[in-house]
Amino acid sequence: MHAPRSDLPIVLEDVSIRANDVTILDRVSLDLVPGAPTILIGPNGAGKSALIRLAMGLIAPASGRITWGGKTATDGRRRAVVFQRPVMLRRSAAANITYALKLEGIPRDRRTERAAGLLDQVGLSNLAERPARRLSSGEQQRLALARALACDPEVLFLDEPTASLDPAATKAVEDLVRAIAQTGVKIVMATHDLGQARRLAGDIVFLLRGSVRERAPVDKFFSSPATTEVSAFIRGDIVI
Amino acid sequence: MPDGASALSLILAGDPSLYAIVRLSLFVSLSATVLAAFVGLPLGAALALVHFPGRTFIVVITNAFMGLPPVVVGLVVFLLLSRSGPLGFLGILFTPQAMIVAQALLVLPIIAALSRQTIEDLWVEYRDELTAMRVPPAGRVATLLWDARFSLVTTLLAGFGRAAAEVGTVMIVGGNIDGFTRTMTTAIALETSKGDLPLAIGLGFLLIALIVAVNAAAWGVRRIGELRAG
Repeated sequence: MHAPRSDLPIVLEDVSIRANDVTILDRVSLDLVPGAPTILIGPNGAGKSALIRLAMGLIAPASGRITWGGKTATDGRRRAVVFQRPVMLRRSAAANITYALKLEGIPRDRRTERAAGLLDQVGLSNLAERPARRLSSGEQQRLALARALACDPEVLFLDEPTASLDPAATKAVEDLVRAIAQTGVKIVMATHDLGQARRLAGDIVFLLRGSVRERAPVDKFFSSPATTEVSAFIRGDIVI
Repeated sequence: MPDGASALSLILAGDPSLYAIVRLSLFVSLSATVLAAFVGLPLGAALALVHFPGRTFIVVITNAFMGLPPVVVGLVVFLLLSRSGPLGFLGILFTPQAMIVAQALLVLPIIAALSRQTIEDLWVEYRDELTAMRVPPAGRVATLLWDARFSLVTTLLAGFGRAAAEVGTVMIVGGNIDGFTRTMTTAIALETSKGDLPLAIGLGFLLIALIVAVNAAAWGVRRIGELRAG
């Protein structure tokens, strides 16, 4: 591997986060390596979003250690995230992309062309000049994906990107995520939708009450879960 | 109402001295608003984004200064610009430049305080996204100012309204010199005390009409912008 300044693998060692007196993540150890998508699954409040923010480097752990490509601090330029409800800037769809390209230091004369390419990739070419905030939720989510890709990420975090979308929009996002993963971008995606996990995952990390209860390749996770909690979750029981 | 009729005839006749006064008033108040905006908008954004010791104090003071008495601002600027004052060497007392500076100081707290509130509200919405995109601090200020542009138009209008309507600062630092530093408000005050009510009434009508026109134009620009940018 001669890729310069790679942020992968991302390694979390005994990482905890607390807000006031509540433990949000409790001594989580996890490594995120290049390859098929890693899906973080678990009920609401399990700590999926906190784990993503931590691995993005947006928040610091109360204890424990995180390394990106073996380093405890990087500029994070090649990590990107799409939130459940992405905030679109008050400008056109295309301008949202060129904004991100400008942050990456792409020269002005190349931004328009790159933005057009990214919009085409997510199927929004015909809406390029539309105000971004007038787009439907599904379109905004795809625009957010295009904007996240503007920094040419090697790892892309997705925090329940389809939680508020209808089935057609969900399928469009899933198709995109699959296509992005095939270009070699590491996908780390939170969801509480088992079907989605089955459709997209390479491996699954099951979180409950702030800790990792099980991690397995997708087939093994569904066919022979190692813990009773995962069995119950797969059966559709409420797991607290 | 003979006074009203002669006021109207003055306006319709395009009385040159009256229009010179109108031009100067607009020039001074618009320049003061622009000048105050250059300082006040980034200052408001910085107060919204940067947390430092004493920030609350500055926020409270800025809010309080929205109600600064114009005559006091006029007095302070007068003292600064008078021959023996620290800025006396500029030699701009009793000139339109002095009036612009004084009105800019009057309007600055309004623009800073209102824009701080606007930017702070928008920052709550944008914080996660801009942090995740690793937008540097200066870029955050620029992004928030640009994305709040339609709300900030209203802020600038509040500042312009205050500048155009006040009489205290321009009277003190301008001196109400006929044909040179006489504005609509100082002329209204003078003509009323002299008993020349037609000119005073005419100027009063014009002043209100101008403020309505500027607001209407800004509202139109805002509406068109919102339709285009969402």
